[in-house]
Amino acid sequence: MARNQEALTRIGVRTRRRKAASGAAISLGVIALALVIVPSIWIVAQVASKALPHMSWSVITTPGVGLGGGLENEIVGTLLITFGVAVVAGFIGVMSGIYLSQFARGRTASVLRGASEVLAGIPSIVVGYVGYVSMVVAFHWGFSLGAGLITLSVMVVPYIAKTTEVSLRQVPTSYVEGAEALGLNAGQILRTISLRSALPGIVTGLIVALAIAVGETAPLLYTAGYSQNLPHLGLTHSPLGYLTYAVWTFYNEPSARAIQLSFDAAFLLIVLVLALITASRIIVARASRHRESA
Amino acid sequence: MASDLARKTEEPQAPRIFRPTTKSPLGPVKIASAVSSVAPLLALLAILGILVHQALPAVKYNGIGFFVHNVWHPGNFYLQPVTTNGVLHPAQADYGAWAIIVGTVLSSLIALVIALPASLGAALVVSKLLGPRVRNALGVFLELLAGIPSVVFGLWGTLTIGPLLSRDIYPIVAKHMPDVIILRWFRGSTGAGEGLLTSGIILAAMIIPIIASTSRDLFAQVPKLTEEGAEALGMTRMEVTTKVTLPWVSAGIIGATVLGLARALGETMAVAMVSGSVLGTLPTNIYSTFNTIAATIVTTLDSALIDGTGLAVRTLAEAALVLMLVTLLANVGARLLVRKVSTTALPVGRGV
Repeated sequence: MARNQEALTRIGVRTRRRKAASGAAISLGVIALALVIVPSIWIVAQVASKALPHMSWSVITTPGVGLGGGLENEIVGTLLITFGVAVVAGFIGVMSGIYLSQFARGRTASVLRGASEVLAGIPSIVVGYVGYVSMVVAFHWGFSLGAGLITLSVMVVPYIAKTTEVSLRQVPTSYVEGAEALGLNAGQILRTISLRSALPGIVTGLIVALAIAVGETAPLLYTAGYSQNLPHLGLTHSPLGYLTYAVWTFYNEPSARAIQLSFDAAFLLIVLVLALITASRIIVARASRHRESA
Repeated sequence: MASDLARKTEEPQAPRIFRPTTKSPLGPVKIASAVSSVAPLLALLAILGILVHQALPAVKYNGIGFFVHNVWHPGNFYLQPVTTNGVLHPAQADYGAWAIIVGTVLSSLIALVIALPASLGAALVVSKLLGPRVRNALGVFLELLAGIPSVVFGLWGTLTIGPLLSRDIYPIVAKHMPDVIILRWFRGSTGAGEGLLTSGIILAAMIIPIIASTSRDLFAQVPKLTEEGAEALGMTRMEVTTKVTLPWVSAGIIGATVLGLARALGETMAVAMVSGSVLGTLPTNIYSTFNTIAATIVTTLDSALIDGTGLAVRTLAEAALVLMLVTLLANVGARLLVRKVSTTALPVGRGV
């Protein structure tokens, strides 16, 4: 009897200990969650608090002069590069996604897909270095818009290709079969059925890829170079500024104005990236609402 | 959502609009799309080929010593260039990458030690304790974290969190750490906030999106019945997690971790801003200034152009080649592992 009692208390102690351990683990999990959430808020708040108090229109509307002036040349440069990436990488990426989802099969498909995924994992500075020794030096393009946007496109094409492929694969088979039964040919089906229903996904992938492109620095430093003049549209021999360069170069200067500009550029970058992410979320939300009502 | 798109693997019955039997006007589209889809493979081969071609003279000159000794001396540009092993180079040029290899590995490992538990903990809490709405909210933060440009991380690291840590936290830690194995690394001079530990912390924040978003999706796949069964047997929440949930998806998590490691190894700008950028010295403790392969390339390519023989630029190609091969191996290995055992594919790009 006494021994039973002892065993029971022992079990009770152990259960209590196990429950306490579980509780401790849960609180550790909550701390982990905080560790994940806090940095993003902290960074955004920090940059905004340093940039907003002295932000003015002149920052956006005047080009840089030495360590002062504004960021107009960098803003125009970033928009220009991003637009170029949208055209070049957008076309190649979407086409590649169409091929992988509609035509490619077996070994070919997995090799192409694998190459694309691996390409996305190559460090950005390595891609930048190769862009420099090939396009800038060997092709004699000099620091230029063309070299910068091709280098950047190499980095984001895999992402666009992947999102396009997956969106096209998610088009219900019944849509395609229905269209076939109605006598549409393959070209019409791709255009009016598959691409149309996959469009929100494709556009979302494209937008997220542009958000990545906006924030890249390493691939551009030695391909696009830098210039305080407003960019012109020549593809070669046309070095140009971009916002990430301003952050990278001005933060370390012994001038309060330059450090301010660095934070201004960081703030504009965050605003751009946030706008792109929000746009992609809105598209996704709208698309899923339509799907539910259909 | 974009993340979900990028992560879903191929489904078996995808709608194929191409039927060999139907005559279709798809010719031009098919050709254009086929050409486009070969582009990434060509780019990959071109990058590898150009790097090997660039690096070859440097490999010949630097030899195996490149990996084991620790000097970074471009040579004397005022003396006549010399030819060794058929490679023209500045007199007394001597390159050894040991310190930047060590720096790359150490900073990435520190990042993993911080990011892995944080990501797993957050993903577990969100997917097992809180509802789907909170899961979505975490997605927003992860997307934001993945979207913040790496120079902005660098800016935050070098002007905000680095100084803060080195003023308020590091000295206390350094003072109270016992003088025993490993922990000894936390003792000694704490510097000005630029160094290994600060870089590791910044890198951790940058790879959390990859690991956390993948683990969150993996946890969602563990069958409810199995977990509930374990709970019905009397397991506590923690025991269910460590004995059922985690083993179920462990291969996927290993894959995501390796992918995060590859990203940390190759991260450039943020590390270049918070590493302290010293060349040719090994870190003496966890606060020491250091350098990584990627950061060395970005910060010294400028000055390497001064070397008229081209050896300095080619040595950087050798460093880039090493970095590329390591990240390539990590990527391929992680993807193969995960493809074999799991239905969730690893993310492409930054993870979100």
